[in-house]
Amino acid sequence: MLAFDNVTFGYERSRNILDGLSFNVQSGEFISIVGASGSGKSTIFRLVTGLDEPSTGAISLAGNSNGQLLGKVGYMPQQDLLLPWRTILENACLPLEIADVKKKTAHEQVKPLLKEFGLAGTEDKYPGELSGGMKQRVAFLRAVLSGNELLLLDEPFSALDAITKLSMQEWLVNQWEKRKATVLFITHDVEEALFLSDRIFLLKNSPVTSFEEIEVPLPRPRNRSDLHRSDILQLKERLLQALREAVML
Amino acid sequence: MKNASTVLIVIVFLTIWEIGARLIDKSFILPSPIQILLKSWELKEVLLLKHLPITLLIILIGLIISIGLGTAIAIWMSSNAYVRNALYPILIASQMIPVIALAPIFVLWFGYTIWSKVAVTVLITFFPITVNTFDGLSSGNKENEELFLTMGATKKDIFLKYLVPIALPHFFSGLKVAVTLSVIGAAIGEWLGAQAGLGYFSRRMMTQFDGAGVFAPIFILTLIGISLFICVNFIENRMIRWRLKN
Ligand SMILES: Nc1ncnc2c1ncn2[C@@H]1O[C@H](COP(=O)(O)OP(=O)(O)OP(=O)(O)O)[C@@H](O)[C@H]1O
Ligand SMILES: [Mg+2]
Repeated sequence: MLAFDNVTFGYERSRNILDGLSFNVQSGEFISIVGASGSGKSTIFRLVTGLDEPSTGAISLAGNSNGQLLGKVGYMPQQDLLLPWRTILENACLPLEIADVKKKTAHEQVKPLLKEFGLAGTEDKYPGELSGGMKQRVAFLRAVLSGNELLLLDEPFSALDAITKLSMQEWLVNQWEKRKATVLFITHDVEEALFLSDRIFLLKNSPVTSFEEIEVPLPRPRNRSDLHRSDILQLKERLLQALREAVML
Repeated sequence: MKNASTVLIVIVFLTIWEIGARLIDKSFILPSPIQILLKSWELKEVLLLKHLPITLLIILIGLIISIGLGTAIAIWMSSNAYVRNALYPILIASQMIPVIALAPIFVLWFGYTIWSKVAVTVLITFFPITVNTFDGLSSGNKENEELFLTMGATKKDIFLKYLVPIALPHFFSGLKVAVTLSVIGAAIGEWLGAQAGLGYFSRRMMTQFDGAGVFAPIFILTLIGISLFICVNFIENRMIRWRLKN
């Protein structure tokens, strides 16, 4: 689905953030990217979305390595970035409008989805009238409506309270299974990564030359209590330790 | 009622004026509000049918040109850094020109036609529109524009669906300042040389030492200014109703 081949990138010439990074993501996978602050997680997303281009190396999406990436992946930023002058329905329809879908057709397509996303009755409300969790759901719906199979989520739940966060995680897994999407998910929360993902990419060194790739040995559907299994607890400890070491540097 | 205190202040002010004017009793210098009202009523046909349409036309033409010119310059500046760096100082400098001193030049250029007055009006109203609209167009943030880009948006999409809505409240702030200035612009333009119009009429009454006659057209000019402001406010509230909900 997505492959980085020897990708090097830096914002300034003198300092690379990524250096010869290669990795592969299979279609339908749920992958979490975990690493210390400033290690380059969001930078990877900027490359995948096409906002920045690698200085050397290649990124291929769905087997195509020299196509334009802008508009080809669904992206959900950390802040919801909903437009305050648009209603919830109009916000969700934005990617369709940009793809030149007629307004009426777009509205008809999106209305049933609002219900499915737990947003029934909010279509004519404005973002300022919604709770944080609801706004994140609208932002996620907007990413889904970009019509792309690959979804990039950059710390989507970090601004939510603990309880809302838990229910949003469960909700997200359901949506992912239902839509057969491929998800790349940045998080600082190790427990969140373990609960959600098939694999975890751990960023350790700087510049990033490779990830430590960790398979999460849990079957699906998962249960919160699975996180208390001893092998998972060990894994969690190991991840936390690795992050702590990275912060020390 | 939230305007109660405003109404009260105006009433107190007018009462003091009325009493003061009666005590001084020199209506050719300081007419009382009631005298002005009576005079306006007496002159209503000349003022409203003859002079008002001319002044109103100047104001409207001036505003339309200012809105067109102002938003065009604002868009041009926001889309091109060279243009912005070149024009911004000139724009500021244009406001340092004492318009009243410059106005006779417009009479030389355009004669005593409507255009010399329109030119004065444009010169003082296009600035608030341009600067506010430009600030509005520049108030977008990078994250939002990048989100648009990741959806495959073109420059045009970003402009129409992001920058225009975000600039709209700023544009209206500028327009509110502009409409109040437009009345002043038109009046100044007419003072400098005209055969008709509310500003012209006010000046003519001055030469006749008719105090109430000076104030009557000014009273009407004030009403024009207030009505224009209310109009803009109304349109603004209709167009950006979402602000109430956020
Ligand atoms: N636009 C930019 N210009 C220059 N340097 C940048 C830019 N954006 C990020 N950086 C630098 O690149 C490095 C990686 O940043 P990045 O945003 O990818 O980190 P991150 O892993 O997402 O961190 P966080 O967890 O805090 O979001 C940081 O050192 C940052 O200072
Ligand atoms: Mg980041």
